[in-house]
Amino acid sequence: MIEALTIVLAMGVTRGWRSTLVGTTAALLALAAIVAALGPALTVIPIETLRLIVGALLLVFGLQWLRKAILRASGWRALRDEDAAFARAAAKARDAAHEERAGLDWYAFTISFKGVLLEGLEVAFIVITFGSAQGSIPLAAAGAGAAALIVVVAGTIARGPLSRVPENTLAFGVGVLLTTFGIFWGAEGAGVEWPGGDAALPGVLGFVLIMSVGFVTALQRRRPATA
Amino acid sequence: MKRFALFWWNFLVGDDWLVAVGIAVAFGLTALLAATSVPAWWLLPLAVAAVLWTSLRRAAR
Repeated sequence: MIEALTIVLAMGVTRGWRSTLVGTTAALLALAAIVAALGPALTVIPIETLRLIVGALLLVFGLQWLRKAILRASGWRALRDEDAAFARAAAKARDAAHEERAGLDWYAFTISFKGVLLEGLEVAFIVITFGSAQGSIPLAAAGAGAAALIVVVAGTIARGPLSRVPENTLAFGVGVLLTTFGIFWGAEGAGVEWPGGDAALPGVLGFVLIMSVGFVTALQRRRPATA
Repeated sequence: MKRFALFWWNFLVGDDWLVAVGIAVAFGLTALLAATSVPAWWLLPLAVAAVLWTSLRRAAR
């Protein structure tokens, strides 16, 4: 969401807000349509199969987040710099030719649309998977909407990229949670019975958290000493 | 069409294909073990740890 805000801010500041906001709104409507279409479709799938699909998706997404966050936290990959990302996007936007289509600055519209849609697609899938597994997609969508609102309000107050947000810590936390639920539901979908049933979930969370922190420490030790 | 396929590959597989393949294999093994009388709950967490560590070591070279 923070990456999407950075793109939207860069477009709005350099190319004007009208086309940027039209592109952003169109992307948000597309994401809402995806959730509205896929959500009810998933409810007809048997619960065990659904948990297997949901678990596998959450695990794939969670491990992608966790892998990046661990590499960044251990110093093997550079932390994402929102100021630099904003500057790059703004410079490209200033250099891009002005082409008007349907009364809109087409560059600002398409970049905002693509940025919000692509960054939001993962959120949409998380909403669908968590919502369908727990039987409440509207509640999951409301949670994602609240998070998006917080990001927009923070961006409006900051009037710039959210460079002070501890983005990697958030990504680490999200990765740990997605991986935990992915393991838990995925294993249930594969036919596993957890010792203690749902009470095993905190145990899985603890395991994933300790494992992740351990991997950060181990990778920090493997880094070559810098002068 | 190629870009569409590339988008879904990046979206679902990400930076390291080994993670996606490892998870698929881990689910298969878990399902096989769960079909027996042996407890299978421990397999997926350990497999996730092994897959993630292997992928991290590949990236941190």
